Amino acid sequence: MGVRYFGQAIRRVEDPKLITGRGRYLDDIRLPGALHAVFVRSPHAHARIKAFRLDAARKAAGVTAVFTAADFGELGRKAMPHMVPVAVVKQPINYQPLAHDEVCHVGVPVAMVIGDSRAAAEDAAALVEVDYEVLPAVTDWRHALHAETPRVHIGTPNNLVAAMRGQFGEVDRIFATAKHVFHEHFETHRGGCHSMETRGVAASIDPNTGDLTLWSSTQAPHMVRRLVADHLGVTERSVRVIAPDVGGGFGPKCSLYPEEVAIPLAVQMLQRPVKWVEDRHEHFLSTTQQRDQSWDVEVAADADGRLLAVRGRCVHDNGAYVPYGLVAAVTSLSAFPGPYALQAVDIAIDVVFTNLLPNTPVRGAGRPTTCFVLERLADRVARELKLDPAEVRRRSFVRKEQFPYQTGMKARDGSPVTYDSGDYHACLEAVLDMAGDDFAARQAAARKEGRYIGRGIASYIEDTGLAPFEGATVRVEPSGRIVIQTGAASQGQGHATMLAQVCADILSVPLDRIVIEAGDTGAFPLGIGAIASRTAVTAGSSVHQAAVEVRAKAIKVASEMLEAAEHDLVLEDGAVRVAGAPGLSVPLGDIAFKLNGMSGIPMGQGISPGLESTAYFNVTAATFANGTHLAEVEVDADTGRVTITRYVVGHDCGKLINPLLVDGQVRGGVVHGIGNALFERMLYNDLGEPLTTNYADYLLPTAPEVPRIEIVHLESPSPRNPIGVKGAGEGGTIPAAACVIAAIEDALTPFGVRITQHPVSPQMLRGLIRDAL
Amino acid sequence: MAATEHVRCSVNGTVREADVEPRRHLADFLRHDLGLTGTHVGCEHGVCGACTVMLDGVPVRSCLMFAGQADGAEIVTIEGLAGEDGVLHPLQEALWNRHGLQCGFCTPGVLMTLVAFLRDQPDASEHDIRDAISGNICRCTGYENIVDAALDVVRASRETA
Repeated sequence: MGVRYFGQAIRRVEDPKLITGRGRYLDDIRLPGALHAVFVRSPHAHARIKAFRLDAARKAAGVTAVFTAADFGELGRKAMPHMVPVAVVKQPINYQPLAHDEVCHVGVPVAMVIGDSRAAAEDAAALVEVDYEVLPAVTDWRHALHAETPRVHIGTPNNLVAAMRGQFGEVDRIFATAKHVFHEHFETHRGGCHSMETRGVAASIDPNTGDLTLWSSTQAPHMVRRLVADHLGVTERSVRVIAPDVGGGFGPKCSLYPEEVAIPLAVQMLQRPVKWVEDRHEHFLSTTQQRDQSWDVEVAADADGRLLAVRGRCVHDNGAYVPYGLVAAVTSLSAFPGPYALQAVDIAIDVVFTNLLPNTPVRGAGRPTTCFVLERLADRVARELKLDPAEVRRRSFVRKEQFPYQTGMKARDGSPVTYDSGDYHACLEAVLDMAGDDFAARQAAARKEGRYIGRGIASYIEDTGLAPFEGATVRVEPSGRIVIQTGAASQGQGHATMLAQVCADILSVPLDRIVIEAGDTGAFPLGIGAIASRTAVTAGSSVHQAAVEVRAKAIKVASEMLEAAEHDLVLEDGAVRVAGAPGLSVPLGDIAFKLNGMSGIPMGQGISPGLESTAYFNVTAATFANGTHLAEVEVDADTGRVTITRYVVGHDCGKLINPLLVDGQVRGGVVHGIGNALFERMLYNDLGEPLTTNYADYLLPTAPEVPRIEIVHLESPSPRNPIGVKGAGEGGTIPAAACVIAAIEDALTPFGVRITQHPVSPQMLRGLIRDAL
Repeated sequence: MAATEHVRCSVNGTVREADVEPRRHLADFLRHDLGLTGTHVGCEHGVCGACTVMLDGVPVRSCLMFAGQADGAEIVTIEGLAGEDGVLHPLQEALWNRHGLQCGFCTPGVLMTLVAFLRDQPDASEHDIRDAISGNICRCTGYENIVDAALDVVRASRETA
């Protein structure tokens, strides 16, 4: 056996092209003769469209066409299909490719200008006139269900998208008898994904076949194909969707957007290629966002501070449309009871319409906000009972010997939620060990100097490896090259390296012998999407299974070629060898050559063509990653400025395929969560007009604000897949806001400041300090 | 249609020229007129830094400059960073080693910013480096591995000094 790749911190196979400017992102695709699209978007959060005046735009120089929904007949007017249609959605209202009669948030596309150049199309777009009858807008989700609140959509009975409830155990009895019960109100707010590459769509039609090729900077090319084909009423076979190099996704690039349907409609009409690339301003107006929720919750604890039960209600701002189903809210619900062995939970979530951008998963989906709720409740119990916050966790965590641990909650398919493996206590202690035990002394010393430093912890679990599958084909070519084709698309996570590592060990080949083809519906027939920290579990396991089958077939065929018994054969350095007979071997490429067939020569008994295998590892239940974060901060009480001085992560995502890449996911995730804690808030005025539409008004974390992130890994293998892995894409983000907020509150203990929302700006902290004085 | 102007400049050591609209910004000129798509456009208002190129030796935001302003200039883009023999610049190599990029979209701007910065401050500290890339937004990495890559280059240049 040569080098082993699984588990090694190997630099990525993706990088050489990306560090030399040879990446091919959506706007880098050259389509000869392509026209450029610009969308005219609603300036109103809620309005009825009365009329379009398009003559001036149509006559403008360099303009090929100006389209509204009416130009496409039924295909322009009908609502787009849903990504995850579920019965619990009472009012599954989705976008039209171009809004025909009503607009329900600022930024909804109402017309599309097609020109020779983007500049020409933008000039003409400014000439499009739309008469609107402005209607009352609902911008405060907290009041969306009140009787006097206007309707988000004309003619609907109320603003309720769905009412959900998750419950188990004897909630009322426990709350009636618990030693301690505390009530809290929490709020979390909207941010965006802000992938550095914005969204984009290009499409062309093969003039001979009429088949459509669609390029989209999407996380889910197969989903886009299914829904676009569905909307257009054509076969999936006739639509090919390609996700080229994608510059970050973080969730919102998984939704199907109006532009992904409108561009193909224009291409069909014009029989010319058309490209559209979202600009950053449009990103603020049209790419989905997440995290507006308000919570009224109670926690019950026993005399020792052990958490017993949580109950309450959440109002979840859905925004105006439901393109993505209820995933953001569902994952808030399913994140209960977190890492805690609660005896009972009863949480109701009302998902409500507002005249704002849809709320769909952004890194962590609904989990970070539930983590914020649970961790703030745990901290409240610690404070009231004068316990170390770590002690409340110790007393309340699911214990190692309880795995597999049935929580009491139900999964999306109705099956009981069962945590597969972990050691939450060990993870917590590892973090505390790394952080050291001198903090109390440092904090006391700092306070004497008039400095306010604080420490916070937050623990979480994450259901990863979401069902049902991402398949993979592993194929050996006669050249000896291994081709892996998969439906799992990548947006920078390093899937190609990770999948090659899984495959290389099994087929005993060096990494550079492996080629990955992904993100193209033409390369692999089925796929779900790079969401929910699922690719290592799903595609990784499929590659493992397929490679194992290829190895078995290679040995079987080599047995015949080498005239040796299978049990005497080993696969080493890319060749099947007779153990103990160095001269007797056959390279994988030669076996592939034989199996690819020659005219007139039969394949042989029981031998199927090709040295390849396709596997769809079947995920039946999630794998549960876990971790604890610890942050130290210093707060300037005079200015409200927060400096994060230390950040420690204890992280357990099962077996690590590539620690370098996992650490990269964790660090990036934490910094996203720091943004949610301190910087990122999408603000709207009462009319539903966005106030933060550039990077001067909407702040993202930059290098000087973020700390080094120290990471300690535990590896509790998942028994639910052959490679023992769990997902790692979102665990960095999930507890980070809760952790930073806890540290800030701890720093401000002398003022008695309580923080029940995020993000917190310096102004807000100054206000809280002033109010507390 | 607006009148065009003729822009002639040196890009990665080669003279390039094109007739462009006066409003054409330098990033679009490089990407769409010259086909150098390694320079990326992330925000088009000068904050994210993805479009950073070197102009007469100084890193600039190519989205905030008109192509016409680059007439006569010497420009280096990400495509010109590695040697003609394909040998990577030490910072490219260091970013690769340190996993200093994920999606790679901000990477060209990060590289052009830091190459110029480390040329001028070869002995930079971590604090200096974080400050130097404070105008480069990266959503993937959390910056730490980028900083470590730059520190590797600082360390290597000390050893050879």
